[in-house]
Amino acid sequence: MISASFVNALMEAVGKDNVFLDEADRAVYAYDAAVLDAVVPAAVVRPLTAESLGHVVRLCHENAVPLTVRGAGTNLSGGTIPKAQGVVVLTNALNRILEINAEDLYAVVEPGVITAKFAAAAEARGLFYPPDPGSQAVSTLGGNVAENAGGLRGLKYGVTRDYVMGLEFFDVEGNVVKTGARTVKCVTGYNLASLLVGSEGTLGVIFKILLKLIPQPQHRKSMMAVFDAVSGASQTVATIIAEKIVPATLEFLDNFTIRAVESFSRAGLPTDAAALLLIEVDGHPAQVEEDAAKVEAICRKLGAQRLRVAQTPQERDKVWEARRAALSALAKLKPTVVLEDATVPRSRIPDMVQAIQDIAAKYNLTIGTFGHAGDGNLHPTILTDRRNSEEWHRVERAVEEIFDRALAMGGTLSGEHGIGLAKAPFMEKETTRATLEYARRIKRALDPKNILNPGKVIGEA
Amino acid sequence: MAGMKDLARLVRELEDQMVVCMRCGMCQAVCPLYAETGREADVARGKLALLEGLSKEMFRDPKGVSERLNRCLLCGSCAANCPSGVKVLDIFLKARAILAGYMGLSPVKKLILRGILANPAFFDKVTEWAARFQDLFTEPANEVLGTSCARFTTPLLGDRHIKPLALKPFHAELPALETPPGTSGIKVGFFVGCLIDKIFPSVARATLKVLRSHEVGVYLPDNQACCGIPAASSGDMTAFKKLVRHNLDRFPVDRFDVLVTSCATCTSTIRKVWPVLFSDDGSPMGERVRRLSEKTMDIHEFLIRRLGLHPVEAVPSSDAVAVTYHDPCHLKKSLGVFEEPRRLLKSCSGIRLVEMAQSDWCCGLGGSFSLEHYDLSSRVGRRKRDMVAATGAHILTTGCPACMIQFHDRLSQAGDAVQVRHAIEIYAESLGP
Ligand SMILES: Cc1cc2nc3c(=O)[nH]c(=O)nc-3n(C[C@H](O)[C@H](O)[C@H](O)COP(=O)(O)OP(=O)(O)OC[C@H]3O[C@@H](n4cnc5c(N)ncnc54)[C@H](O)[C@@H]3O)c2cc1C
Ligand code: SF4
Ligand code: SF4
Repeated sequence: MISASFVNALMEAVGKDNVFLDEADRAVYAYDAAVLDAVVPAAVVRPLTAESLGHVVRLCHENAVPLTVRGAGTNLSGGTIPKAQGVVVLTNALNRILEINAEDLYAVVEPGVITAKFAAAAEARGLFYPPDPGSQAVSTLGGNVAENAGGLRGLKYGVTRDYVMGLEFFDVEGNVVKTGARTVKCVTGYNLASLLVGSEGTLGVIFKILLKLIPQPQHRKSMMAVFDAVSGASQTVATIIAEKIVPATLEFLDNFTIRAVESFSRAGLPTDAAALLLIEVDGHPAQVEEDAAKVEAICRKLGAQRLRVAQTPQERDKVWEARRAALSALAKLKPTVVLEDATVPRSRIPDMVQAIQDIAAKYNLTIGTFGHAGDGNLHPTILTDRRNSEEWHRVERAVEEIFDRALAMGGTLSGEHGIGLAKAPFMEKETTRATLEYARRIKRALDPKNILNPGKVIGEA
Repeated sequence: MAGMKDLARLVRELEDQMVVCMRCGMCQAVCPLYAETGREADVARGKLALLEGLSKEMFRDPKGVSERLNRCLLCGSCAANCPSGVKVLDIFLKARAILAGYMGLSPVKKLILRGILANPAFFDKVTEWAARFQDLFTEPANEVLGTSCARFTTPLLGDRHIKPLALKPFHAELPALETPPGTSGIKVGFFVGCLIDKIFPSVARATLKVLRSHEVGVYLPDNQACCGIPAASSGDMTAFKKLVRHNLDRFPVDRFDVLVTSCATCTSTIRKVWPVLFSDDGSPMGERVRRLSEKTMDIHEFLIRRLGLHPVEAVPSSDAVAVTYHDPCHLKKSLGVFEEPRRLLKSCSGIRLVEMAQSDWCCGLGGSFSLEHYDLSSRVGRRKRDMVAATGAHILTTGCPACMIQFHDRLSQAGDAVQVRHAIEIYAESLGP
């Protein structure tokens, strides 16, 4: 248990009202969006300034108390499930956009800024912040950086990592570390920002983020293509890329997901279709029209039975409605939703879709698949009821098999949802023992007492 | 007090509804309380986790959970936005009933809910007396709004700016009425609701004027009771069921085609809360509740959807007054009614509708929430007030008298010269004298 003097010190650091000790107040920081067992922390603190955040880190280090930073708690891998004797540190009071610089195309933000609010603020200045995870209405930029979050625009615009120009973070002792610069180029020292991106709170606590912005695309065009075979859809994806067209978004929905969306929202989707592709091209108007025409021709040539090209913003909304509704339509079917994230080279999508169908049949499970076809990043979504322990056991085996099949295709365990607790035991499968040991050595060097979000990513160091 | 085990067993009855929550956290984006406090215990995900904790006997004392569960506007923003379709309000109301049954109600709540509210005739008397004496304690605060504030410090008013009780409640003006359906061929029961009856009788007058002008017959019984939401949200099933029973007797379901109210909260309570809290009730009551509930409609919805009005969009006159519209949670999120009041407003040439940003952001009143958590309620209300002020509108309209109370307080406190009107009042005026 944590000591009274430590609690007093926390109160001094962040103010009495911002230390939560009541059992009911702590119990709500025991979970995140992953389907894992909850662990109630010993205390929760909500620093109001970056300085007091640093102070909290130092106190935890001095007292050897485990510390788990929490943004919005929407990660899907258990990254914010704390230790029972540990402290949860909330960043959501550090939510100021400190600067948006339209001349030099960058912004400086605190880690608790909500992704969608930041994107809107950039847009209001005619600028574009592309990473748009499905959780962007609530997720924090700190959480995005620490998870290296992706989204729907990865194919053309990349992921969070591609927008991090620099970071300021606290090392485990609470000292300020600065990395990166407000310049396009910067080779000053090790690229520590890259080390911190995707580190899930295990190597330092980020308190300031320097993000790259780009100009808004002038024009966009969306379309929906319906296929009666998955292979037609994935050949289309491959051909579009081979033709050197880079759509901003290239999303895939399988038959099960299409049916779920249709029965939920009656959007007029063809329920007998094997697959839907949702495609958006953006950029200079002339280029967009040319690309759109080419994509249209490719879709038709490769067997799209139907093609709907959005002519108005309303029609564009309509096209994306199906994708936006995918997760909720699936989620409404069964109590427990396991959202997987295994990713393969994009040419292997048909094999992966087939593999998922085989696994669903083998373990007698309901799995709907949708996701970022352009990135090879599918989200097989297993629908189950965790209370049914026999079925849950089959789910666990199915998840493992999904990993195995993805890895066999040259893929990866996780495209964007992170490792956290959920996938830490599988790390060695994808890499090597030495890789993990290398990572653990870094961790031990930077965090000798192992207090920064222990157990995540690399397991118990 | 029964043991924690019994409590856990009762809460487990909600399990099938509770497991639907996948802890995605998307409710953080819309919860008006979370926007102010940033505390997970204030958002639906947190409260659902606490209830799950109760069902698993995780807590030594249910008080902490109960307190946090009651810190909620019951606005339904979370439920309306939930990707998993969690029936958050059903769960919260049932849980409040379970916890109140387990822990007991405070004596003050018991007195107010069971002693006063559940006895409609006595409730009317109490408020009549209060209306007569309120001038002794208050003084005018804002002329445009007609609000008052306390003349000296009283624990009851604090620093609220209240819309005073009407000198003559609506039921004193017009105790009962029955008119035949005219050319419309439709007859409606008119459920007035406490706030319209006692604070905004002009809304009832406007409603009747509109119905008359469209040749709709009216069945208005005397001695109507409260819809029961204050009792339901306090978990007081005794007072709640008594009120529902009383109203069922006052409104024999075969006497009219539709039950109409101009109070978003009453509509949503009768439509959504009554059936949920009577669902376990296998008695004939359950069936009566279902039949009346299915017949209940908001006034705007009734005019457009049932009566079939096709209001023609008017060209605002040159001297048209800028008006903005606030979506009551109980209309938009609970019943999906948001186009109808706007269509009626847009048919009025004397006004120009200016939309505010986030017109469906909760006003923060939350009924008895604002009594128990005035400070928090005010913070939510101030955010809303800023949205109204940014439109430059001279009139704020909405479809719920409860929101109207909050706006009177918030706009008055900010010193704004903005009138607060019910949308149906504006529409009634456009129909001529
Ligand atoms: C419905 C839904 C849809 C989603 N869609 C996507 C998607 O399309 N793409 C995608 O990539 N992800 C997606 N996610 C996953 C998740 O939203 C992202 O991982 C997001 O980046 C998490 O942000 P957060 O603020 O919730 O972080 P949290 O969950 O609070 O934290 C995530 C990790 O970051 C660490 N952390 C947080 N802040 C800091 C900081 N300041 N310093 C150091 N470490 C920190 C935490 O310790 C934790 O390990 C989705 C999740 C949900 C529920
Ligand atoms: S949005 Fe719905 S499913 Fe998601 S956490 Fe909130 S209540 Fe649960
Ligand atoms: S009902 Fe309203 S206040 Fe209560 S949890 Fe839901 S969104 Fe928040």
